[in-house]
Amino acid sequence: MYTLHRETLERETSTKHTCYHCGEECKDEIISKDDHEFCCDGCYNVYDLLKGSDLCGYYSIEQAGGISPDKGYFNGKFDYLDLPEVREKLLEFTDGQLARVNWLVPKMHCSSCIWLLEQLYKFNPAVRSSVVNFPEKKVRITFEADEIKLSELAALISRIGYEPYISLNDLEGRQINKWNRTRLYKIGIAGFCFGNIMMLSFPEYFHLGNSGSDQDLRVTFGFLNLALSLPVLLYCASDFFKSAWAALKGRYLNIDAPIVLALLSIFGLSLYQILSETGPGYFDSLTGAVFFMLVGRFFQDKTYDGISFDRDYKSYFPVAVSVIKDGVEHRTPVTELQPGDIIFVRNAELIPADAVLLSPDAWIDYSFVSGEAEAVARKRGETIYAGGKQTGPAIELEVLRQVSQSYLTQLWNNDAFSKEKEDQKKTLATRINRYFSTIVLIIASVTFSVWFFAKNDPQTAFRAFTTCLLVACPCGLLFSSTFTNGNILSLFGKNRCYPKNADAVERLSHIDTVVFDKTGTITQSEEADIEFIGETFSEEELVIIKTIASQSSHPLSRMIVAELANVKASKRILVDYAEVSGAGIQAWWGSKEVRLGSAAWVGISSEIQKEKSSSRVYVSIDQHILGCLSIHIQYRENLPKAISELQKSSFQTYLLSGDKPTDTELLSNIFGNETNLYFNQKPDEKLHFIENLQTRLQRNVLMIGDGLNDAGALRQSNVGVAVSDDTNNFSPSCDVIIEGKQLSQLPGFIKLARAGQKIIKASFAISLIYNILGLTFAIGGKLSPVLAAILMPVSLITIVGFTTLASNLAARRIFKN
Amino acid sequence: MSALYVMIIASLLIAVAFLSAFVWSVRKGHYDDDYTPSVRILLDEPATKPAQKDQ
Repeated sequence: MYTLHRETLERETSTKHTCYHCGEECKDEIISKDDHEFCCDGCYNVYDLLKGSDLCGYYSIEQAGGISPDKGYFNGKFDYLDLPEVREKLLEFTDGQLARVNWLVPKMHCSSCIWLLEQLYKFNPAVRSSVVNFPEKKVRITFEADEIKLSELAALISRIGYEPYISLNDLEGRQINKWNRTRLYKIGIAGFCFGNIMMLSFPEYFHLGNSGSDQDLRVTFGFLNLALSLPVLLYCASDFFKSAWAALKGRYLNIDAPIVLALLSIFGLSLYQILSETGPGYFDSLTGAVFFMLVGRFFQDKTYDGISFDRDYKSYFPVAVSVIKDGVEHRTPVTELQPGDIIFVRNAELIPADAVLLSPDAWIDYSFVSGEAEAVARKRGETIYAGGKQTGPAIELEVLRQVSQSYLTQLWNNDAFSKEKEDQKKTLATRINRYFSTIVLIIASVTFSVWFFAKNDPQTAFRAFTTCLLVACPCGLLFSSTFTNGNILSLFGKNRCYPKNADAVERLSHIDTVVFDKTGTITQSEEADIEFIGETFSEEELVIIKTIASQSSHPLSRMIVAELANVKASKRILVDYAEVSGAGIQAWWGSKEVRLGSAAWVGISSEIQKEKSSSRVYVSIDQHILGCLSIHIQYRENLPKAISELQKSSFQTYLLSGDKPTDTELLSNIFGNETNLYFNQKPDEKLHFIENLQTRLQRNVLMIGDGLNDAGALRQSNVGVAVSDDTNNFSPSCDVIIEGKQLSQLPGFIKLARAGQKIIKASFAISLIYNILGLTFAIGGKLSPVLAAILMPVSLITIVGFTTLASNLAARRIFKN
Repeated sequence: MSALYVMIIASLLIAVAFLSAFVWSVRKGHYDDDYTPSVRILLDEPATKPAQKDQ
C-alpha cells in the first residue's frame, strides 16, 4: 500500500502559469493569445470583449482579479426578462424611452469591478450610464429601452462575468432604499430641533432672565421650544410609537414601550409647565434622547445592510424556467407553471416544482433540501421533489403541482413559522425596568404627598415630583441595555457573525444545548480528502483519470477532478465513453480500456475491508486493477476542538443530519457518544426533535444549520444559526448568520453574549447609583430642574463609556487568539 | 430687548437653511452610498478616449 502525497504532484508541475484575466493558476491546457495566458475559454472571451471595447486599462488597476464567466450560462437564459409582467416589476423607472434597473451583482468584489461595471456604455452605446453601489453590491443601469432589451443587458453583464442575481423576491417589488433615506431625514430633523432647543434653553441653564421685564422673552422661548419639539415627537419618534403600538396589539411589551411612556410623560409635563407658565419644560432632554436613540439605531442597522434574516424558499428559487411547448423552448416565470407543463432543467439548475422525470435518468442533488451529501439517481417516471438540483446533462420533467403547493414549501406552513420568538417580557432590560418604573413612581408620589400634605408646600412638592421623575428617568436604564447590546452586536459583526437583533444576543446567552447539522455545517460540501491506495499512479495515469472523470457529472467524479486540480486534463477525445449509473464509467484511451467505478465494475469479486466512512472509486486499465481512490468528506477546521470546548463548559451537543450514517466512529468521538448522533432526519423530524428538547427537557436550544432542510429547526430553536460562506448570499430564515470559517469561534460568541448580559447588569448598577444620588436631593426638594437635566446626560455619557469599554475588553479577551 | 426677537428669527432661519440643505442632499442620494464614490474618484477614465471607434 502506498499513499501518493500531494507534494510530489506539486513539484512535478512547478512551472506556474497564471491566467491573465482571473489571476488563477492555469491548470488545464493553456490558451495563449496576445502574449498573455488564459486558463479557460471563458476568461479569454472576457479579455477579448474588453480589448474590443478598449477597456484593457482594467488589467492595470491594482488588485484586479477578473471573474471567469459562469459556465452555467446559456443562450436565452434571460429571455424571461422580456416578458411584460416580469419586465414591469424589475424596472425601477421608465418613460418609454429610457429605463432603469437596479440589479444585485453578488460577484462584485474590488475596485476594478466598480470601474468595469461603470464602463458598460463602452460595450453597448444603448447603455446610458451605470452606477455602482459597492456596499450593497448593486449596479443601477440606465439604458435606452428601444435599443437594448432587458435580456440583452443581463446577457451583456453576464458575459463579462457579473451575472445579476434576480430572485422571486425581486418580482414582488420590495424597496428598502426609501426607508433608509427616511431615517436620515429623521436624524437630521431631530438634531436640528435638539440644537435649537438647547440654544433657546441657555438662559434657563444659567438662571438668566428672571427679572420681570424678561417675562415675555421667556414665554416666547418656551413656546418656540414647544413648537420645535413637535416635529421630533410626531415625526422623528414615530418609529418608536409604531413599534410599541404593534407590540401592545400583540399583547406584549417591547423595548420601545417604556421609551414611548417616558417620551409622552416628559412631553406632557413640559406642556403643562409651558402652558401654566410654571417652568421651562424639558424639551431639550426629550429631543436629545430621541436624537441619540435614532443615531444609535442607524449605526446598528448599517452593519446589517445586505444581510437578510427572513428569507424563505422564494429567494432560493429561480425566477424562470424553460418550458417546452410544441418542441420550442420558452422561458416562463416559475409562478406561472401549471401542472402538465414540460420543463427543461439544465446542469446545476434547481427544480422549482414537484415533477415527474421524462428523461431516462437524472442525478439529483438534494443536499439543499434534505442534507444528503451525495446525489441520488432517479429513473424515468419517478417523482422529483422541488428543491433538488440536477447534476449532469439536461433533463425534461412534467410538472405535477404548482410551485406554491410543493412538498418543500409546505414546511413553511408549520406553526413554528407563524410564532414570534421575541418574548419581550423576558428580556433583562424590560424586567428590571418594570420594577424600576414602579419604584420610581411610588417614591415620586410619596415625596409629593409628604411635601404637599404634611409640609403644606405645594411649590416644592411639584418641583420635587418632577425632578424625581426626570432624574430617575428610565431612559438611563434603557440606554445601558441599548448601547451595550449595540456595541456587542457590532463586535459580533467584526468577527463576522451577525445576530439579527439584541434580543437574539440575549437568547444566545441562555443557551445550554447545541445542535449541529452535518452537511454544509460541520462538513464542507464539495471538498473532500482523497487518498490514493494501491500502486503508484504515474502522471499519465493521473491525467487519464482526471480526463475521464471530468466527463462525468457524478459527485464522486467531480470530487476527483477537484482533487486532481494540479494535473493537466487532456483535451483528447475519448472513444466509446459510457457511464452506467450505480456502477462506473468506461472509456478507451487510445488503445487502452479504462474503467473507473465500483469494485464490481472493475472486476473485483468481493470488496475487502469495506469501510463505512469513505467511498471508494477503483481504477483499472486494460483489466489490470491499479488501485483505488478513497474519498473522505472533509470536516471544518478546528470544529472538533470547538465542540469539545462546548462540552467542557457543560453544553449538551447533538448532531442532527439528513444524511445517511457515515463516519459514525469519528463523529461519536467528537460528540461524546453515539446516542447524540441522529441520522436520516427529515426536515419536519428535525423541527420536532428541537421541540422535544425544549418542552420535555426544558432546554434552551441553539441550532446550527445551512440548508432549507434546517429551516424548520432553525425557526423552532431558541437561537437559529445559519452557516453561510458568503453572507451576502443565501441563508434560511434565522436569528444569527455566521460565516463558515468563524464557526469554530462559537464558544467564544456564546461567552461574549454572556459577558454582555453581565455588563448590562453592571451598567444598570451604575445608573442606579446616579439615580439614588439624584433622588436623595430631589426628594429633599433641593435639586433644581436644571441640575437634574444636566445630571441625565452626564450619567448617560458614563454609561455609554462604561459599556463600550467593558464590552470591547471582554471581546478582546475572548477572541485573543 | 426687541433686537433679540429679530436675532432669534434670523438664527432660526439660518438653521432652517442648513436643515433644508441636508434634506436636499439626502433626497439627491448623497448618503445612499458612502463607499463607492471614494473609490470612483481614484479610478482613471479609460486612457484611450480619442481612439474611440466608429459609433
